[in-house]
Amino acid sequence: MYEGAVQDLIDELGRLPGVGPKSAQRIAFHLLQQDSEDVNRLVTALTEVKAKVRFCEVCGNVAQAERCRICADPRRDQTSICVVEEPKDVVAIERTREFRGTYHVLGGAISPIDGIGPDDLRVRELMPRLASGEVQEVIIATDPNLEGEATATYLSRLLRDVGVTVTRLASGLPVGGDLEYADEVTLGRAFEGRRQVNA
Amino acid sequence: MHVRHLTLKDFRSYPSAELALTPGVTTFVGLNGQGKTNLVEAIGYLATLGSHRVATDQPLVRFGAAQAIVRGAIVRDEHETMVELEITPGRANRARLGRSPVARPRDVLGTVRTVLFAPEDLSLVKGDPSERRRFLDELLVQRQPRWSGVRSDYDKILKQRNALLKSAAPVLRKGSRRPPRPPRDGEPLVDEARESALQTLDVWNDHLATVGSQLLYARLRLLRDLVPDLADCYDAVSAAPSNARATYRSSLHEELAARIAAGEVPEIDELRAGMLETLDSVRTGEIERGISLVGPHRDDVVLSLGDLPAKGYASHGESWSFALGLKLAAYRLLRRDLGDDPVLVLDDVFAELDSGRRERLAALVGDCEQVLITAAVGADVPDVLRERGSTVLVELGQVVTEAGGEPLEPVPADE
Ligand SMILES: Nc1ncnc2c1ncn2[C@@H]1O[C@H](COP(=O)(O)OP(=O)(O)OP(=O)(O)O)[C@@H](O)[C@H]1O
Ligand SMILES: [Mg+2]
Ligand SMILES: [Zn+2]
Repeated sequence: MYEGAVQDLIDELGRLPGVGPKSAQRIAFHLLQQDSEDVNRLVTALTEVKAKVRFCEVCGNVAQAERCRICADPRRDQTSICVVEEPKDVVAIERTREFRGTYHVLGGAISPIDGIGPDDLRVRELMPRLASGEVQEVIIATDPNLEGEATATYLSRLLRDVGVTVTRLASGLPVGGDLEYADEVTLGRAFEGRRQVNA
Repeated sequence: MHVRHLTLKDFRSYPSAELALTPGVTTFVGLNGQGKTNLVEAIGYLATLGSHRVATDQPLVRFGAAQAIVRGAIVRDEHETMVELEITPGRANRARLGRSPVARPRDVLGTVRTVLFAPEDLSLVKGDPSERRRFLDELLVQRQPRWSGVRSDYDKILKQRNALLKSAAPVLRKGSRRPPRPPRDGEPLVDEARESALQTLDVWNDHLATVGSQLLYARLRLLRDLVPDLADCYDAVSAAPSNARATYRSSLHEELAARIAAGEVPEIDELRAGMLETLDSVRTGEIERGISLVGPHRDDVVLSLGDLPAKGYASHGESWSFALGLKLAAYRLLRRDLGDDPVLVLDDVFAELDSGRRERLAALVGDCEQVLITAAVGADVPDVLRERGSTVLVELGQVVTEAGGEPLEPVPADE
């Protein structure tokens, strides 16, 4: 244990994902040795991200305004919604230029081990978006691993009676992995070859 | 196939070891605790990514070392492949095939196949159902490595499902299931948390049944192929007709379980439907206990001699013969399937058998491409076997050759 402020910093850093106690210590002492100017830049970045960035009220993606760039763009096709786990998946799919519709970001996948059920995800928020009848297709693009598949099954059952076409990305994505790690060509192909799900 | 060379670094008692091997019979002889089993355990690990003695990797790494390396040069159809595993406890192993690293250790499965028989295998007959399930699943993977992936998917699904049963138990226990429809006027609101937990459980049932039925189907076919050889091998070792049998005891509902016990192998779709149906019927019990009660992880293989179950009835010697019969049957199955001999390992087996059984076992394994035998007392191993190959002395973690063997490279005893 260190005195006051140092220990507080180590504790805070240690709460970040992927940062263990040892790394937290290393980062804390690294920061201590830096110029005030460098540290201030980090402080500003942290403050700004909290002040300026929020989550799009429609799709849940990161946004600078109430709506994200994609939801605010009138040229996007409003008849199809692509459901993904995380904002980073939006970035990955945008890279393929294969999709012109809008997104819905769940904020994770169903995983009882991690205490995550459907109510902890933005599932409920999806339903009102489908109520107007404008949306014709929901593309489920959760990760090609067990939790992603379970989430896909859950969603396709939920949407069974809603009156939209529900599709799932074609297989061919590396199984067990993250969507974001699939290369553009593979992901693009998976999009093109998406198939209707029969729940 | 055979192992031509084995290299160990910090595996068990060996700081390092280089061991040249030949086809035919090799007998490792040495006093207790000198490191004979450690050598064959390493070869078994290359084949199964697991040890026949311990469930975790920690004991495999030499005390005080951080990681162990096992490398084998495997010859099949005159073609040699190098396979290497780096064992680091608490972390994922790393593997190489030839000179290239592979993405996952399980990608090396199938390079070397072994059938290993050891005193621990007595638990196949006397131990818990988990021992017999492991036997089937390991054999399944040796036969077709892709089952390793199915197995691990199934384990993950099971963990998720059990976690859900535990965490959602308080919500799920409340009252009976209501129909999933909007409440009518004046009707109390459907308990939403409960409904969503039940819907999630349905999703996991679906996945459990999909992967579980595949695994079950594969096990049933394997057992069907194994059983004829089992009686044959038992009889050949014990020199008495025994009617040794193995039947599958399934956790599925009674009607399906009875057909399976009678030796039928239903289609996957039927197994899947049966699993879903049984899951529905045990739901209350599962929620109460917080564990999954249906699926291949709850099944067993009932071994019997004549009319009596082997467990609890068979004598010590009969139990040994039974376990040996299972392993020899597995050997024959792999040989037939692959058109190639797996490596046969007999660890400390001969000391446990009477002289008649020793001679008969020797006759049975005489034509195998490679047999590796360990024995504390060389004289326990029948002469016919020792004459067919080389004897290697193992002393204090050093490997020394005796007459008749290929020259061995010297083994440094320390770093
Ligand atoms: N992780 C380890 N680090 C160091 N030494 C180990 C380790 N694991 C086992 N040993 C040592 O290896 C020896 C056991 O070797 P092994 O089981 O191969 O003996 P064996 O020659 O087969 O004997 P037996 O005839 O009794 O079966 C023991 O002395 C044990 O202390
Ligand atoms: Mg031994
Ligand atoms: Zn948006």
